[in-house]
Amino acid sequence: MSAHRSTRAPTEPPLVRALLIVIALVFLAFFLIVPVVAVFVQALADGPAAYFAAITDPATRSAIRLTLIAAGISVPLNTLFGLAASWAITKFEFRGKTLLLTLIDLPFTVSPIISGLVFVVLFGAQGLLGPWLLAHGIRVIFAVPGIVIATTFVTFPFVARELIPLMQSQGNEEEEAALVLGASGWQTFFRVTLPKIKWGLLYGVVLCASRAMGEFGAVSVVSGHIRGHTNTVPLHVEILYDEYDFVGAFAVASLLALLGLVTLGVKRLVEARESR
Amino acid sequence: MSVRRNNMPGFRLTLGFTVFYLVTLVLLPLSGLLWKASALSPAKFWEVVASERALAAYRLSFGASFVAALVNVVFGGLVAWVLARYPFPGRRFVDAAVDLPFALPTAVAGIALTWVYSEHGWIGQHLVPLGLEIAFRPAGVVVALAFVGLPFVVRTVQPVLLELDPEVEEAAACLGASRWQTFRRVLFPRLVPALVAGFALAFARALGEYGSVVFISGNMPLRTEIAPLLIVGRLEQFDYAGATGIALALLVVSFVLLVGINAAQAWTRRRTGEEP
Repeated sequence: MSAHRSTRAPTEPPLVRALLIVIALVFLAFFLIVPVVAVFVQALADGPAAYFAAITDPATRSAIRLTLIAAGISVPLNTLFGLAASWAITKFEFRGKTLLLTLIDLPFTVSPIISGLVFVVLFGAQGLLGPWLLAHGIRVIFAVPGIVIATTFVTFPFVARELIPLMQSQGNEEEEAALVLGASGWQTFFRVTLPKIKWGLLYGVVLCASRAMGEFGAVSVVSGHIRGHTNTVPLHVEILYDEYDFVGAFAVASLLALLGLVTLGVKRLVEARESR
Repeated sequence: MSVRRNNMPGFRLTLGFTVFYLVTLVLLPLSGLLWKASALSPAKFWEVVASERALAAYRLSFGASFVAALVNVVFGGLVAWVLARYPFPGRRFVDAAVDLPFALPTAVAGIALTWVYSEHGWIGQHLVPLGLEIAFRPAGVVVALAFVGLPFVVRTVQPVLLELDPEVEEAAACLGASRWQTFRRVLFPRLVPALVAGFALAFARALGEYGSVVFISGNMPLRTEIAPLLIVGRLEQFDYAGATGIALALLVVSFVLLVGINAAQAWTRRRTGEEP
């Protein structure tokens, strides 16, 4: 947050201000805070023992493992892409840049279900590459590779979207100075650019990881929900919920909610660093 | 491709990787979807896209997304106003909490909202006796979509509010305008582009949303089934062609919205005189 308003600026009567604040806070409390608190309260409804039993259950552990694999592959790839795309877009002028920016946003505007469907159409048994994959004994859909690809697709824009505005606002002067003084391109990137963007990059990576681990729709379409085999944490939440194991579902969901809270914490931290 | 001459290195490497990654991960798979859809005969396409069940789902998806985005404009606008203008204890915490729907995995939000608004939940137990049923009704879909869309409106309106020059309001006050007149005639017109952009972003996000809705909606065909769920239904019957047809219809709508959002954002920037 920047630019606090001067005290002499005209404002509303105290009663109006108080009323507006109260309406806004009541709305946010009921609408945002209550559901998040509910996750943790429901998770602990049968006591801590039931909670720990649910999150250490073998099916949960295997879902966590698969989620970490998917995030472990998609996040580094999308980080690399984010760095390359933001460098190309913010350091150079070229035709088609606006189109490129719009295309980078594409996975963000496509419904997660369609994102999943895209890969079923491509790699599924009746899909375009399906017969070839089948002949070579490669399973993509209803298997781990499909989950990894769908996750990568869905979380594709996050690092780039954080870095592009940041690098645009920072400009190129320091990089140009480094190059004039004889630094190589890589030296300039690692010693000048990277330190400048490290906080924005950190948030982009954390957001990307958090989205990768929480992705539901796209992964649900490609996974086939095979328990203990192609089950990620959000899918496991759905399975437990559909089996009326509410404590289990909320216990596993609380892990994802914690992940979301950590993401918010990192965002605040980064904003505090950047405004300094 | 015309490149402005500058001494920055790495143009070919970074743009090459960016385009390669974008094409392999996003564009080729999406064109596979279009190719598959083109294999549908027009009669079959029409039958799939315009069936009674599909029309009911579009009506619900568009209607609920529209209402949810309106709710977001009213309450999100209010929250942005309060956060930007009134200091109150805990403002930083509230400001951070606005991003909760963005950080919370959709499946977690889905089961939490369902429980909170169902018959035995914290809010539902007070509303259901009054005849206000939300869970497993179209109203539940609106609640979930409004939850998901809230940050988009707040984060679009808030920066515009922070950058308004207080002198304009002082001038209006000096010229004898009441506070309400100043808001209606001076401030509100400047917020309209941001409110429109926020509405479009929330609406677009709501149209494709899946995870937070499937739990609370109850998924009854013709009544509480959203459009992305139609695709899932077709896929479960291994009707790839049908799924692709519906996906194509939704993609066209999303694309039109994306163009509209970009236009609205360009308008916002022109109106507020902010650099892109």
